Amino acid sequence: MRDEKGNGLFDPYETEQQEWKKQQVKERSKQLLTIISPILILLIWEICSRTGILDIRFFPPPSAIVSTFFELATNGLLWTHVSVSLYRIAAGFLLGVIPGIVIGLLMGLYAPIRHFISPIVMALMPIPTLALLPIIIIFFGIGDFSKIVTIAGSVFFPVVINTVAGVLNIEKVHLDVAKNYGASPKDFFFKIAFPGALPVMLEGIQMGQAIALLTIVAAEMMGATSGIGYLIWTSYKAFMLKEMFVGLILISFFGFLFSLLLRGLQKKIVPWR
Amino acid sequence: MSNEVKISIEDLTKVFYKKNNSVTAFKNVSLEVKEGEFVCLVGPSGCGKTTLLRILAGLEHPSSGQFSISADSDFRPLQSMVFQEKGVIPWLTVEENVAFGLNMRHLPKEFIRKQTDIYLKKVGLRNFSKLYPNELSGGMKQRISIARAFANDPEILLMDEPFAALDEQNKFILQEELLSIWSETKKTVLFITHSIDEALLLSDRIVLMSAHPGKIVHEIKVPIPRPRTMEQVRANAEMAEQFITIWNHLQQEVQRSRG
Repeated sequence: MRDEKGNGLFDPYETEQQEWKKQQVKERSKQLLTIISPILILLIWEICSRTGILDIRFFPPPSAIVSTFFELATNGLLWTHVSVSLYRIAAGFLLGVIPGIVIGLLMGLYAPIRHFISPIVMALMPIPTLALLPIIIIFFGIGDFSKIVTIAGSVFFPVVINTVAGVLNIEKVHLDVAKNYGASPKDFFFKIAFPGALPVMLEGIQMGQAIALLTIVAAEMMGATSGIGYLIWTSYKAFMLKEMFVGLILISFFGFLFSLLLRGLQKKIVPWR
Repeated sequence: MSNEVKISIEDLTKVFYKKNNSVTAFKNVSLEVKEGEFVCLVGPSGCGKTTLLRILAGLEHPSSGQFSISADSDFRPLQSMVFQEKGVIPWLTVEENVAFGLNMRHLPKEFIRKQTDIYLKKVGLRNFSKLYPNELSGGMKQRISIARAFANDPEILLMDEPFAALDEQNKFILQEELLSIWSETKKTVLFITHSIDEALLLSDRIVLMSAHPGKIVHEIKVPIPRPRTMEQVRANAEMAEQFITIWNHLQQEVQRSRG
């Protein structure tokens, strides 16, 4: 279309600029939606509790939970529970992830090891580690170590399976390159298999992290005298639901935090992606 | 080019055995390549040329027959291969990729650094040395692959269609770059391609293979003096004739394997 002077009515640059601006607005509104959704839920919850639509005894308003959080935080009890749980998570996580990676790499690289170990992994994997908790407690007592073992047991499986898959997913040509250029078994392990499997391995570790949180709460509910799970369980039994919610929200917060940390770490240690 | 035989292949046969049907990749292949000679193996897909190269590269075992690569120096590795497009390792930087062979041989760090630097410069990747291959174009990646093989300073170089995945313009540029690096080192090269033009430009001798099973059917000397350029080869009337000869051979082969 042209106006009387013969100029195009639509300047192509302007058109594209408008288009670009629209895209920017769209992007920003997507970010906004991500922030809005949890706030909206909390707001609805707050209103429903305060107006009595939700029973305040079972669903205390978020504002009350927040003030309970500060009460618990100031009297120091909360930090004991949190630090105990975090210690168990960290120790159990490492105790599961490290053997998971080592065994996974060996299974991925050496077919005989893979064929020997994979039936054991497949048979043990469906058993919830929590169902083994009674046995674990018999062996390791009700102290920290039994929780650490429980978490390690749950974290191990996704890590080992993803590590094997990661090694098997390495492009054959990269293995050929290593062989052609005379890589020693040690170089093959550290320069090819480990970094090559890393992206898929990290997905397993991400999964393991989520499972570690699920496991710690349940394990502490069943046989512990401290920890976030213990806090949730005892608060529930004493019908102190605000305290229970504080525990639940802490778990949710740490899950979120760990996911973000791992994702940040992923960018650092897999920079070639 | 000297008269010393560098690569000697005697009666090599490769059979891929599977339950109920076995496929003969190539049968009774014999070939000699002289020291400093650039030989192109040309043939339709399925003629076993890649398998032949992989055997020389130590990645497969021959079913029967033997081959030998004569070594001038104990220090050098026998062979290094330039792989097809995906041969660069994505988790190593450009520099680490070029240094790969040297690192695998655990040579002194200072030597590796110097040698890597020389070849990074030769292929024009010095400013990209800290980047990862995925940040580079296909042509750049193949430059890494070529630099890695030359930097390793092997007795012979094996090249498996290194430019097959590149666009036409990049292919021309890389072919000429390869020629210029090669002319400085005069390595013995066995190069696989299905492009007749590429073979005419690069090689001293073209070996034609047929398919099902792979066999050597014809050999052609390429008498154009070096250094060569793309324009020269294209303008040379004799080369146009050679092209037709090679094409006729290959065409027959392709038709035959179709029918």
